[in-house]
Amino acid sequence: MFTLPWRLERRGILGMNRRNISYISRYNPRRLYPLVDNKLKTKLLAQKAGITTPALIGTIQSQHDVSLLAELLRDVPGFAIKPAKGSGGKGILVLSRYDDTQYVKNSGTLVTLTELQRHVSNILSGLYSLGGSPDIAIIEELIEFDPQLGGYSFEGVPDIRVIVCRGYPVMAMMRLSTRSSDGKANLHQGAVGVGLDIATGRPLKAVQNGLSVERHPDTGRELSELVIPQWGQLLELAARCYEESGLGYLGTDMVLDRRYGPMLLELNARPGLTIQVANGCGLLPRLEIIDALSDADVARPAAERVELSRQWFGAESELRTETTL
Amino acid sequence: MNIGSFSFTRAPFFLLVGFLLVIGIVLTLHRHWMYEVPLVYGETQTIWSVEAKVEFNAHGGPVKVSMARPSAQDGFTVLKEAGASPGYGLNFMDGNEPRAEWTVRGAKGKQELFYRAEILVSQMQSGADLPPPAIDPVSWPEPYASAVNEVLAGAYATSADNYSLTRELLKRFQEDETAQHIELLRTHYADQLPELWVEMLHKARVPASVVYGLNLQDGRRRQNLMPLLRVWNGNDSQIFELPGEKSNASVLLAADTPLLLWEQRGAPVLDVTGGTDSSIRFSMLKREESTYANIAENLSSQHDFLNFSIHSLPVEEQAMFKTILLIPIGALIVCILRIIIGIRTSGTFMPVLIALAFIQTSLVTGLVGFLLVVATGLFIRGYLSRLNLLLVARITAVIITVIAIISIFSVLSYKLGLTEGLKITFFPMIILSWTIERMSILWEEEGGREVMVQGGGSLLTAVLAYWAMSDPWVRHLTFNFIGIQFIVLALVLLIGSYTGYRLLELKRFKAFGS
Repeated sequence: MFTLPWRLERRGILGMNRRNISYISRYNPRRLYPLVDNKLKTKLLAQKAGITTPALIGTIQSQHDVSLLAELLRDVPGFAIKPAKGSGGKGILVLSRYDDTQYVKNSGTLVTLTELQRHVSNILSGLYSLGGSPDIAIIEELIEFDPQLGGYSFEGVPDIRVIVCRGYPVMAMMRLSTRSSDGKANLHQGAVGVGLDIATGRPLKAVQNGLSVERHPDTGRELSELVIPQWGQLLELAARCYEESGLGYLGTDMVLDRRYGPMLLELNARPGLTIQVANGCGLLPRLEIIDALSDADVARPAAERVELSRQWFGAESELRTETTL
Repeated sequence: MNIGSFSFTRAPFFLLVGFLLVIGIVLTLHRHWMYEVPLVYGETQTIWSVEAKVEFNAHGGPVKVSMARPSAQDGFTVLKEAGASPGYGLNFMDGNEPRAEWTVRGAKGKQELFYRAEILVSQMQSGADLPPPAIDPVSWPEPYASAVNEVLAGAYATSADNYSLTRELLKRFQEDETAQHIELLRTHYADQLPELWVEMLHKARVPASVVYGLNLQDGRRRQNLMPLLRVWNGNDSQIFELPGEKSNASVLLAADTPLLLWEQRGAPVLDVTGGTDSSIRFSMLKREESTYANIAENLSSQHDFLNFSIHSLPVEEQAMFKTILLIPIGALIVCILRIIIGIRTSGTFMPVLIALAFIQTSLVTGLVGFLLVVATGLFIRGYLSRLNLLLVARITAVIITVIAIISIFSVLSYKLGLTEGLKITFFPMIILSWTIERMSILWEEEGGREVMVQGGGSLLTAVLAYWAMSDPWVRHLTFNFIGIQFIVLALVLLIGSYTGYRLLELKRFKAFGS
């Protein structure tokens, strides 16, 4: 049922308390939080820095504008509606156009325009935002995920979470939505987490609900065959988010788009710890390497940092590839 | 390896924690030593609540009733006293002869006056030395004068000092009942024997007076005062029981019926002008109390800077602070459960508020009430969510619903004879509404399981906080020792810098343990 604390310590597992004290409050200045807690600000920031993000169709900022929704969505084949200040994927609706007043979810459920307007109204009144503060709704273009990733996800876009510490990617994981996660890529809702080797982007281990799996539970695809295209580019994009956001302990959520390549979905100033389970490996030894780096090392260009990360954190995982998969 | 350890890089931080701890401990010990506030709860003290009921028939004119009041004496302290007497003016007169005086311009018919004193049994207390009364010249008509002289001479010859003389004298009246002189005096002074003895002692130049005492027996009602003989030797004095009071003699020495001197000087116990047929009866009640009451008395009367005590506030504010000072304990429990154990709760300190409500409702009633209100609220909230309302309006609707639920449950339980149900109104309604709103959203987004996890976590936290906050030890310490707050603060700071694993993380990451 329980394990012993020194066993976790030996495996270098990062706990919630140490994450909060030694990484989040140490490396993430509070004043920068609004940048990442507000997806619209993140998006504008990324655009300015030349980091690709899903194209913005429009925003809805006041209850009055909710009626303009139909106008805004007239010629859009598919879109995602998100609360700007939502967290953990709350309040995100991914829809395709069905006809003028109806839209369809990935799962095939129809959503009427009225229901959609109510959803947007809920977003604006702060239902999904932290502390219930008023929010705005962002409408983004749909991502067309890379066909190489086809069959690895059920009704949802697989995204890649990269933990970036002081600009160095330290650990990565892919989140594959499943039937039981209702198309959402949230691990605690039953999505599959696949640990990815920082050096190669190859899968290391896959877990669902805390248990190891080898195939996608819905599509049956062998997870060890997973290949992430444009891995280096993706890591570099993630690494660059450090300079742009100023946050030293960052969870970057990336997607691979068929047309645009790696794109930044959102940033997270309090990235979760489950990534360790998906990688079968603790974060602490890696983070301690980063802790020891000088300011000069941190100031290196993103490409160099990624290169160093791939050297440091790849070698360690090669062994693991043989043993765990 | 620093396993489950604190971060050791911040010397100023630990200096601060140490400083707070030292302040807390010093303040606590100071309070303990300087003001004798016991650290150990359960050091109870016995408090007697004695009520005197004065009855008389008023004649219609002005009435003045003067009654002797008990004062500090060996083994007893008077904590507080009060009188109840509709229409009468009441004055407590202190000094050598503490008395209570009721006055009224006009009263007719049967009158009842009440006086109540809270008397603390304290071994430390010793009565102030009363100076001996003046010795009045006395004389008796014959043949009583010769009888008195005879008895006195005998007693004087076999005694050494005032006290032994008194004992000898009383012994003669007790034992030699058949002796001729004694028989003569007993028959003639049948109703006034105590007074006779006092006069006899005065004749022997021994200061003495009749005083009145009360045998304290728990739950006794309509008791009479018992006359006693008080004899002085210099400024020293002793109390002697009287041989005639046989019924009381047996209980006099028993440990559980201590003797309280109601009147210590020989003044009349009750003096009524403007009325007749006066009588005074006593009822008494014993209670064991933790030292609160006594402490409160002590502390409120000592105003200096270091005595920064809640007890210097009026009683009503004190009662409020009793609760306020408990909140840090509840918050500490939340800190421990969230940071060390890793329990998830809905709303960080909502459990503390729920625990406060539990204190007022009692645990089982509170739990049942909470579950009823939240379950019903969730059900109705489910309908509200379909109405497509704006957030603030929806929460307002939930608040009104919660109030309606509480009203209905109150009335229903009252009709069913369950008066416990009325306590449901102690719940903080706005907090309940937010809880319902949060739970409802949680249900929609994360499913029922997460609601159970967080709701269960909140309730568990609330129950543990309730246990901590309703513990008599904790209540005693937080209320009487401001220093405890500093210690709690230091503990919270320490917990706040804990970087080790949470207990539930040992489960979450158990895959790494093999």
